Amino acid sequence: MAEGKGSDRFKRTPMRKRPPHERVRDFHEVALGFTEEEALAEAARCLQCPNPTCIPGCPVEIDIKSFIGFIRMGDFDAAIRKIKEKNNLPGICGRVCPQEVQCEEACVLNRRGAPIAIGALERFAADYERSKGLIKAERGESTGMRVAVIGSGPAGLTAAGDLARLGHEVTIFEALHAPGGVLTYGIPEFRLPKSIVRDEIEYVKSLGVKLMTNVIVGRTITLDEIFDMGFQAVFIGTGAGSPKFLYIPGENLNGVYSANEFLTRCNLMKAYLFNGYDTPIYVGRRVAVIGAGNVAMDAARTALRLGAEEVTIVYRRSEAEMPARVEEIRNAEEEGVRFQTLTVPVRLLGEDGWVKRMECMRMRLGEPDETGRRRPIPVEGSNFLLEADMVIVAIGQNPNPTLTRSVEGLAVDREGLIITDENGRTSIPGVWAGGDIVTGEATVISAMGAAKRAAMDIHRYLMEKRKGIALSWIPHGSRLNPDSGE
Amino acid sequence: MFKVLSKERLAENVVSLLVEAPLIAGKAKPGQFVILRVDEEGERIPLTIVSVDDSRGAIRLIFQEVGRTTMKLGRLKVGGYISDMVGPLGKPTEVRNHGHVVIVGGGVGVAEAYPVAEAFKSAGNRVTAIIGARSKDLLILEDEMRRVCDSLYVCTDDGSKGRRGFVTEVLKELLEGDTPINLVYAIGPAIMMKIVADLTRPYGVHTMVSLNPIMVDGTGMCGACRVTVGGQTRFACVDGPEFDAHMVDFQELMARQRMYLDKEKRALEEYLRRESRIG
Repeated sequence: MAEGKGSDRFKRTPMRKRPPHERVRDFHEVALGFTEEEALAEAARCLQCPNPTCIPGCPVEIDIKSFIGFIRMGDFDAAIRKIKEKNNLPGICGRVCPQEVQCEEACVLNRRGAPIAIGALERFAADYERSKGLIKAERGESTGMRVAVIGSGPAGLTAAGDLARLGHEVTIFEALHAPGGVLTYGIPEFRLPKSIVRDEIEYVKSLGVKLMTNVIVGRTITLDEIFDMGFQAVFIGTGAGSPKFLYIPGENLNGVYSANEFLTRCNLMKAYLFNGYDTPIYVGRRVAVIGAGNVAMDAARTALRLGAEEVTIVYRRSEAEMPARVEEIRNAEEEGVRFQTLTVPVRLLGEDGWVKRMECMRMRLGEPDETGRRRPIPVEGSNFLLEADMVIVAIGQNPNPTLTRSVEGLAVDREGLIITDENGRTSIPGVWAGGDIVTGEATVISAMGAAKRAAMDIHRYLMEKRKGIALSWIPHGSRLNPDSGE
Repeated sequence: MFKVLSKERLAENVVSLLVEAPLIAGKAKPGQFVILRVDEEGERIPLTIVSVDDSRGAIRLIFQEVGRTTMKLGRLKVGGYISDMVGPLGKPTEVRNHGHVVIVGGGVGVAEAYPVAEAFKSAGNRVTAIIGARSKDLLILEDEMRRVCDSLYVCTDDGSKGRRGFVTEVLKELLEGDTPINLVYAIGPAIMMKIVADLTRPYGVHTMVSLNPIMVDGTGMCGACRVTVGGQTRFACVDGPEFDAHMVDFQELMARQRMYLDKEKRALEEYLRRESRIG
């Protein structure tokens, strides 16, 4: 195996993708992953820094240096084992983490050239393991303590996996009929195949985690009843999950979807296989997607695959401010998604109850706002019509209040996000929370990072509780979570 | 998996299932519903919880076989299973003593009116119910309704049972009559609820309706069930399903209910074709 030398050191091994004209016709995965040769070549570029900067860049602190070191040596089994010390969901994270603003941004090679493709290597190791059959999970000695986890998305699965590994008996309660949260209902097959989600959830279950679907905590059972059932600690990872709308005239016309509904129909309910599956979905000829985050890109690309002739992302700022990953914006562009920036819809116009066009206004950018992005300002008299027989609103989500409203004494902020300390402790003793229900909409991996910190704290708490040590619950009031937006 | 404990055909296309669901049964209140998915390929649909059988930890669901999903449900046998079911969902009916309550139920909506009528009766109200169907064979729960109501009016479109005509005609007479009405509660097809709302508005009688828009998750996550109430967008699954009838935009509700009409028709035809091949 050749050491990367000279200019090669700074050149990244590209990830092969299926050609756009081919991939827009189906829902199969777009990015193909590294071959062994590619993985070896990419790993060879790694400097194996004595003080790696990439690891602190990872919200779950994967020992990146070591796993890449193992790939360099061709010991892929050791590589995946190293990753799994910290991350139970490597096939998922290797695909959907925004590495470019995390570990890869922190890579020293980033200063002089392209950083190591850490995400692609993580994916390679995970896919290698899948192809060989999953490594048997190791569980810690049973502690006899029981933990309930609410929600089976990235946060819930991570907390559950870590706690089970430490020997606690964990049950996950999931509201939908299938586990995975946003990994299942939100992120499309062509970006994150559901077979991978299924396998990684199976892995978490193999650690001894029990999963109960069709249970809405706050409806089917209450938090108090969970404690009555003998659980000593609860982790809440219910995610974001109430779609925001624009609240403009015409938004309830037929043909107008929230991105959540459109993606849920397609991903969770498999409406793209309609007739084999029973859930219908409507697709227009000319589709406008409002918003420019990852969810908007997913919705736009899904609409193309369902047969839309023309799909346009309508965004009120410019491309520089788009919240989506650059990679996803490029993928959408390659597939023919159009971008109408500096544009905001002001009303939707319909015929016979169906949306037909959208009245928009042009915007210009003013001074930066509290998010640091330049504030869009409407240009008076710039109104124009955009033809659209389908509109997908993808402008973010509010926290779903079903659980929080059902629990007396659970402190939430103005938006309804749960207030926690840095370990995820809420205002109620024995109850932790993490992920989007605490931070508002963020990434899969930041939710996992929060869940990991909470899991460690839950472990400490339970071990002290088991020893009969009197526990003091440090209230959240003095130390608000720095991410909570307060 | 949720086991079907008993099954009864109430009318030609109307089926009642008693389904084992102890957690839901333990929590269900009048006016609430479940979302179910009949099998692995199934869509998620809402159905009202008609009654609870505490001793068996079961809930009763009544539905009309109109599409692929309800056909599949109707073909389940005792001992068979519904793949997924979650609830109870929605806000329970606000039950208190109003005085005289008139309940209007049309078609399979009578099944949904029944638990509400029973609840208002036990809260001390004088309960009058008007129930209707296209014809005698389609009329359901007449005896049950008679048991929980002080007076019951039955109408059929063709006059084969009770009065010939629509439930709204009886309501109009009651509104014009001498007995004051404190609350009208209507549940049934959207068009019926709209006519009820239009009827009671000039009389200033407080009127509640239980809306039945298309839903997917039923927990406020998707917004499929959004309805305009008093000029504001509300999610029927979490903010409802009951709303002040005089505030509801029924035209919009009816348009939204028709969103998948062509696809539903195709799905049903395909299903029946497949079934007949197998059968």
